[in-house]
Amino acid sequence: METVVSIPLPRTGVPMSRRRVFGAYLAEMRCECLRYLRAPGFILPMTLFSTVFYLMFGVLLNHGEASRYLLASYGAFGIMGPGLFGFGVSLAIERDGGLLTLKRALPMPPGAYLLGKMVMAMIAATIVMVLLLLIGVLLAHVVLSWGQMLALLLSAAFGVLPFCALGMFVGTLLKGQGAPGLLNLVYLPMAFLSGLWLPLSMLPGALQRIAPIWPSYHLNQLTQAAVGLNDGPLLGHVLVLIGFAVGFLLLAARRLRRNG
Amino acid sequence: MNISDQVVARLAGVDKRYGRLVALDQAALQLRRGELLALLGPNGAGKTTAISLLLGLIRADAGTVELFGRDPRQIQARRRIGVMLQHAELPATLRVGELLRLTASYYPAPRKPADCAELAGIGDLLRRPYAKLSGGQQRRVQFALALCGNPELLFLDEPTVGMDIETRQRLWAAIRQLLTEGCSVLLTTHYLEEAEALADRVCVMAHGRVIHEGTVDALRARVAFKRIRCISSVDAGVVGGWSSVSDAEQRQGRLHVTTAEAEAVVRRLLDADPQLSELEVQRAGLAEAFTELTREADQASPASQREVA
Repeated sequence: METVVSIPLPRTGVPMSRRRVFGAYLAEMRCECLRYLRAPGFILPMTLFSTVFYLMFGVLLNHGEASRYLLASYGAFGIMGPGLFGFGVSLAIERDGGLLTLKRALPMPPGAYLLGKMVMAMIAATIVMVLLLLIGVLLAHVVLSWGQMLALLLSAAFGVLPFCALGMFVGTLLKGQGAPGLLNLVYLPMAFLSGLWLPLSMLPGALQRIAPIWPSYHLNQLTQAAVGLNDGPLLGHVLVLIGFAVGFLLLAARRLRRNG
Repeated sequence: MNISDQVVARLAGVDKRYGRLVALDQAALQLRRGELLALLGPNGAGKTTAISLLLGLIRADAGTVELFGRDPRQIQARRRIGVMLQHAELPATLRVGELLRLTASYYPAPRKPADCAELAGIGDLLRRPYAKLSGGQQRRVQFALALCGNPELLFLDEPTVGMDIETRQRLWAAIRQLLTEGCSVLLTTHYLEEAEALADRVCVMAHGRVIHEGTVDALRARVAFKRIRCISSVDAGVVGGWSSVSDAEQRQGRLHVTTAEAEAVVRRLLDADPQLSELEVQRAGLAEAFTELTREADQASPASQREVA
């Protein structure tokens, strides 16, 4: 080794330009979206749950104002899915399969991995809402203004975020194939208890009173307001949802840092 | 030129515990520019922990962990490395070309995708989804991802597991080319012939400690034994009784003798049997040296430290 002419080793490598760092974030998002859009086994259950429910209860069994109410509540139900499952299941599987470890060893820009999944969940939630809107407007003849439709789409794109954080937290609790089961145990009871399947007024009084502890209850207040069925103030609900998102994000990030 | 300027990765006096298990105990190793260091050791010796520290995946309890003179948890340090891990399930539905471009996007000055494909021998796979590839092809893709960032230091963790002989030879050739370009490689492997074929230096670990660091020849020289093989009518039991013969047996029609003094034993064998044929004398390989070293370490180590991740 000593005979080799030694070239001084630079203290720093080639600097990474801003443009390339930005490009890395974009590449990560693009790949995250592509890989799941190409996996029907992953994307269909997320989108079909709420649309099939809405077809049955909002179109076949109910009409008029009930269809409007159910568009908003199944909308909230449909928004939760991509957040919980898109984040939770994929994180649990990728922790198990070593992909997350590899990404952490590679010089992937910090946060690109989570940002990619977040964008994916926002797109999936928006797709779910578009499908529900098509069913509502075309089949259930719910009359909505353009502004109301836009409000629903926006509550989908941003309302999914607290559920991303919750899904991420669940994804850090267990590895591999156990995640879908646990997520369903969170998803379905929470949807029921916050009045997404049956109006809260039909539930026992005790359950009605604790409904505000579920983030899905607050999301439902937003989607109901979007279709014109909730005139109350919305800021409180938005703040609660932001709080949930930040809280679970911090919990999950702490667990990821500690346990990988 | 100060030699310390040439150190690309370094562990010094590193301790790492998992609860009561001691994974690393004052571990030390250095990897210099342009060399291939093979990290050897039985399962549970601490190799994975050492690599995880150098990749910034875990934090040491004590000691120094450096990559290009920095903490490996800093992204600036990791922009100069390429990584191929033993287990990594890559996104199944992405095509090989997409995986290459994604990984290359993390680096400041990556290698051209076509060059990576050529070096790793995956030119014909670029349009195929990752999940449709065979195990050996997937390993080749992972190797391509490791080198796509034009790294100065490559971590290869059991790279040739699941590869057939021809693919393994091609990968070795690619590794040699990277070394001539000045890239350093930290290789962990269970195949000692791989270390023998590629390594400038080997580092043998046992029970969380580095028990030997040096050239391949130096490791071999730690074990003085040579092996003699021949076809002979001399009884193995008789040869076993000769001085300086540590072992003799008849196997598959041949006499196998292990001794520290091959010359004397061969002379005596030829005297005893003038018809002796097909004589071969071999120095003990890396495998024997390795077995010997780790056996010594096992005897020296307290039982409580045996089973360590």
